[in-house]
Amino acid sequence: MTSSADIAGTIGPGRVSGARRFKGRQPSVIPGFGITLGLTLSWLALIVLIPLIGLFLKSAELGFSDFWSIVTSRRTLHALQISFGLALLAAVINLVFGTVIVWALARYDFPGRRIFDALIDIPFALPTAVAGISLTTLFAENGWIGRLLVPLGIKVAFTPLGILVALIFIGLPFVVRTVQPVLLDLEVELEEAAATLGATRWQIFSKVIVPVILPALLTGFALAFARAVGEYGSVIFIAGNLPNVSEIAPLLIVIRLSEFKYTDASAIAVVMLLLSFVLLFVINRLQQWSGTRISGG
Amino acid sequence: MTVLAEVAPAHTVARRASAIRSRSDPPLVRWAIIAVALLFLSLFLVLPLVVVFVQAFSHGVLPYLGALTHPDTIAAVRLTLIVAAISVSLNLVFGLVAAWAITKFEFPGKSFLITLIDLPFSISPVISGLVFVLLFGAQGYFGEYLIAHDIRIIFALPGIVLATVLVTFPFVARELIPLMKEQGTQDEEAAISLGASGLQTFFRVTLPNVKWALLYGVLLCNARAMGEFGAVSVVSGHIRGETNTMPLHIEILYNEYQLVAAFAVASVLALLALLTLISKTLLERYTRHA
Repeated sequence: MTSSADIAGTIGPGRVSGARRFKGRQPSVIPGFGITLGLTLSWLALIVLIPLIGLFLKSAELGFSDFWSIVTSRRTLHALQISFGLALLAAVINLVFGTVIVWALARYDFPGRRIFDALIDIPFALPTAVAGISLTTLFAENGWIGRLLVPLGIKVAFTPLGILVALIFIGLPFVVRTVQPVLLDLEVELEEAAATLGATRWQIFSKVIVPVILPALLTGFALAFARAVGEYGSVIFIAGNLPNVSEIAPLLIVIRLSEFKYTDASAIAVVMLLLSFVLLFVINRLQQWSGTRISGG
Repeated sequence: MTVLAEVAPAHTVARRASAIRSRSDPPLVRWAIIAVALLFLSLFLVLPLVVVFVQAFSHGVLPYLGALTHPDTIAAVRLTLIVAAISVSLNLVFGLVAAWAITKFEFPGKSFLITLIDLPFSISPVISGLVFVLLFGAQGYFGEYLIAHDIRIIFALPGIVLATVLVTFPFVARELIPLMKEQGTQDEEAAISLGASGLQTFFRVTLPNVKWALLYGVLLCNARAMGEFGAVSVVSGHIRGETNTMPLHIEILYNEYQLVAAFAVASVLALLALLTLISKTLLERYTRHA
């Protein structure tokens, strides 16, 4: 799972050195280049590229004004706002608590540490529908946690707050698993040097540790965000799904499909895809900027 | 501290002490951080898992077993196993082939290719289902042709498999590419120069080198394939006993207020998730020591 950390890092245009671009592939004694690359590209085209191109063509059938009126309708805008807004908020919350959790797991020893460490991956392994019904049961007014919140006047299940809970659940491991290896690899000497030079604990944390883990934090944030924007299974059970209140964009796509409005569904899907690619691209740039900043480049 | 003082010379002790001081936080901070971390993890990860089993057995063992042996449940389990077997095998072969092409050769556009392979990670599952409805659905690009030739893809097994393959597309390749890149090409070059054929080299040299990463990728791919909900939900049509996978069956039972049955089926998937986590932890521990 840790390798999924590189995903956000690879989003963006591929970098090909100018000198090599026209030379083609380097000679090699290993056989199978043609067939493996051919199979890879064909399979990629069949499963990923052609279906995605089909989606864009479908939405293009609409013409600009129809497309625009669908994606700027009140219901669509609200669904997009819910999906992107709450995904962003959930990613921020995961960034904060994820850092606390990584810190506890990487630096302290306490009973059950290894078990908790293994449990971090539950949201990766537990099917979203299972997480959905289970979180709903927990946070419903008669549920174990929901019951405690009723006296405080807080309703979680069947409100936007419930969506937030589900998105926090599915995003947490992305932050923890991305930051954890970086914090574990952090050299003791760096902190020692800072301490010898008279830095306080807080100064060491904010001036030495945070800059080193910042690129990983941003990657984890991006991954958690990207996953949360498109999340469907764990959300629809707890959301309540009221149009203009707690309806997420993926659900609106499903509703349009069930009404056989294929073009409407694809217009919303295209906007979702484009928005998340733009955001991931921005985060990728930020990450490169924070990376060059510490390496002094 | 006193133990250190007995065994180490004075200047080492001083350095160690400053090192430990620089890395260890005051007890109050330490306990606060541990408390917050454990509270958050218990609330968001442990309790949801516990609730599944508590709810599943809330009326005792007999209703639980009754729900699991219901014909619709058995049909859902069968379909889930078939879908996972096909899509994991397809992605296993693809992952190996793609990793071979990407890590054993240098060619232009390689990093762009890796980006494209990762693309399905940032696509909503619902969109992963939608794209196949647009291609093969009744009103889709190939809809008329398929109806005329009586071929069913959407609302049938092929559609469910296609959606699952798209969602789990990067899993195996993602695990293999970094490892095979790190291992380089010397082993393969040596085998070839000693007269091994390409396939012999692959099966006797490359495959043994990456077997644990491959297993790891397959494990994660399988967990996602069996649990996929959004993409499959769009293409399945929810036909009971026919096109319902386990996650879809859970949704139907839950919406019909058959809570014990819903959580009973959910508990099977939760158990699968736990098994996946345990194997993953063991694999990581084993490969770290190997």
